[in-house]
Amino acid sequence: MNTTEYVMSPNTQTLSVLVENKPGVLTRVSALFARRGYNISSLAVGPTEHPEISRITVIIDVDQRSLEQITKQLNKLVNVLKIVQLDPRQTVQRELILIKVSADNTSRTSVLEIVQMFRAKVVDAAADAVTIEATGTQDKLAALLGMLEEFGIREIVKSGEVAIGRGGRAITDRSLLS
Amino acid sequence: MTGQQMTGAEALVESLKHAGAEVVFGLPGGAILPTYDPLMDAVGLRHILVRHEQGAGHAASGYAHATGKVGVCLATSGPGATNLITAIADAQMDSIPLVAITGQVASTFIGTDAFQEADIVGMTMPVTKHNFLVTDAADVPKVIKQAFHIASTGRPGAVLVDVTKDAQMGMTEFAWPQTLDLPGYRPDPRPHNKQIREAASLLMAAERPVFLLGGGVIRGGASQEVTELIDVSGAPFATTLMGRGALPDSHPSHLGMPGMHGSVSAVSALQRSDVLVAIGARFDDRVTGVLESFAPNAKIVHADIDPAEISKNRTADVPIVGQAGDVATALSAELRERIAAGDTREYESWWHTLNMLRQKYPLGWTATEDGFTAPQKVISRIGEISGPESIYVAGVGQHQMWSAQFIEYENPCTWINSGGLGTMGYAVPAAMGAKVGQPDRAVWCIDGDGCFQMTNQELATCVINNIPIKVAVINNSSLGMVRQWQNLFYNQRYSNTDLNTGHGTSRVPDFVKLAEAYGCVGLRCERDEDIDATIAQAMEINDRPVVVDFTVSADAMVWPMVPTGVSNDEIQIAQGMSPEWERDI
Repeated sequence: MNTTEYVMSPNTQTLSVLVENKPGVLTRVSALFARRGYNISSLAVGPTEHPEISRITVIIDVDQRSLEQITKQLNKLVNVLKIVQLDPRQTVQRELILIKVSADNTSRTSVLEIVQMFRAKVVDAAADAVTIEATGTQDKLAALLGMLEEFGIREIVKSGEVAIGRGGRAITDRSLLS
Repeated sequence: MTGQQMTGAEALVESLKHAGAEVVFGLPGGAILPTYDPLMDAVGLRHILVRHEQGAGHAASGYAHATGKVGVCLATSGPGATNLITAIADAQMDSIPLVAITGQVASTFIGTDAFQEADIVGMTMPVTKHNFLVTDAADVPKVIKQAFHIASTGRPGAVLVDVTKDAQMGMTEFAWPQTLDLPGYRPDPRPHNKQIREAASLLMAAERPVFLLGGGVIRGGASQEVTELIDVSGAPFATTLMGRGALPDSHPSHLGMPGMHGSVSAVSALQRSDVLVAIGARFDDRVTGVLESFAPNAKIVHADIDPAEISKNRTADVPIVGQAGDVATALSAELRERIAAGDTREYESWWHTLNMLRQKYPLGWTATEDGFTAPQKVISRIGEISGPESIYVAGVGQHQMWSAQFIEYENPCTWINSGGLGTMGYAVPAAMGAKVGQPDRAVWCIDGDGCFQMTNQELATCVINNIPIKVAVINNSSLGMVRQWQNLFYNQRYSNTDLNTGHGTSRVPDFVKLAEAYGCVGLRCERDEDIDATIAQAMEINDRPVVVDFTVSADAMVWPMVPTGVSNDEIQIAQGMSPEWERDI
């Protein structure tokens, strides 16, 4: 994957998959994508406010017909409780990135300026490099990476995107477990 | 038993009984040994020792096919478990309720590449409806209850339960759970009235309607409801390979089987229909041919218990999610109301066309050129002599297609074959399972000489356990269907399809001697004039299995045929011969 370019495809879809928090469930979900021939662009998983429920955020690049099929197939997994397709206009979507970038006495100030500009922060520093933590949309993180590229990016790691619907309503509900 | 202290293995046996299992097909080994000990004394739970785990899986599937109950198979860890995989995948593809139980190495050994360790849960994830790893004796009853429930409800399928050796040996207080605790599993959708009304509107306005009935009608036990729907609608219907017998072949509206080797009338009816109502069928590629050209002018009503089947291959205009029986009942009622309110339907010219096709292009075969027996004739005579109360089980290939074409099925669950996965070697063990489930019916295993050589070791199981199946080996001395494709599409270059079991060969093996070595009766039939007498002789032997080596012509081919990669309109009734559409219709 090109680290600096992120093009939001018109077919990019965000699914929140609520699953029982049991061993092997993530395998079942990811294996289903592989078995049915769909590529996952991003996948993030973690617990919810209910310890029995985990939430998987999947970003996939598929047309509407394939999305319908993959949603139906996911729904057939016994451990899947609920699937919500998030509308990008009504969703807050974020990713966390850690970037190790070359920075010595001559370049450090310029790097720090960029860090400030993007409201990112430095979480580790060495004589020849700094490690930057940033959170944001894919677009913002791509812009940040673009700015840092000339200094020499040594390593990056991304969390995968997480997403939540705007407004007061929650999609997770304990009644899912009854 | 409730409240009693017992081992996980004892709890497993007790749970199987609570879940309603009566028969288990299996083969022991190290990691399942603790379970085999209480199994020895289990009352009301019969264990049948197979000779290969694949046989246990197919036997459980044949049992489930023939009875509608959940089939159960049991194997040890590692190779025992991996040997089950083909049978599990087979059952899952054909929506057969199957519970496979495997032993696993002790939980403390998992991940260490221990002796006979295999990650069977990981391996079977893509070929099961669901699977479980049990590492605690206390979880055994709950998981067995869940496994049977998942396997048998909704769209049935295969469920694997992997039980570690320490879970089998650990102590627990047995309690059969009252609840299921499966919050993500909702297997019983009800058909929407709105969709039923839309389907009825399409049918009332149709000029060329047709029903496509699949295995879902049989699995859903909906033959009666669907017959009523067909009768109310007055429309013709086709039965898919998995749906053969869903409604009687003798029903006047029946057109035969659709698809690659379907009848001209069934294939043409689908192609020319303006409304196609599919119930419990999944628009498999062997039915549709090139999808884009399948039933090009038809509005599709697709009813299925599994929402994921609807619009998976062919987009449905009216999707109906529900049990086949519920859908048929609701649609019949709606149609009756509409018809009572005013009926303008006119199917006369449609039926005229279809009747003409039925008359002009009936299923049949030509005499063989080498003078040897036509395999179609053998299969046809078995069906006629043994009759519609018998159960017919086929392997995969030419003999399977001929059995689907030339035997008249009048009852559901009397035609058993491996449709989706196409598993050669399915027939002998599946027939064994069917006979265990339906001991009072004659069970014919119609097998090919290739298929038969894959799993005939289960004849030993049949003899030892007094399971008197009748095996008709349709022996064309070759992998016949592959040979047919080589004949048609590979310039008659018969690469690796000669099996040397037939006329003028060294007959390795000699199927009669093989049968006798197993303690079966072995018969051979090589001439047309002996067919009936041989079948009659086989019908009279009921104290042990019979194997008949029907040595037939190797050149017979399955017709009609739609070659792969072309439209169903290109159906050929014999090599190079297409129906004369323009003049006929």
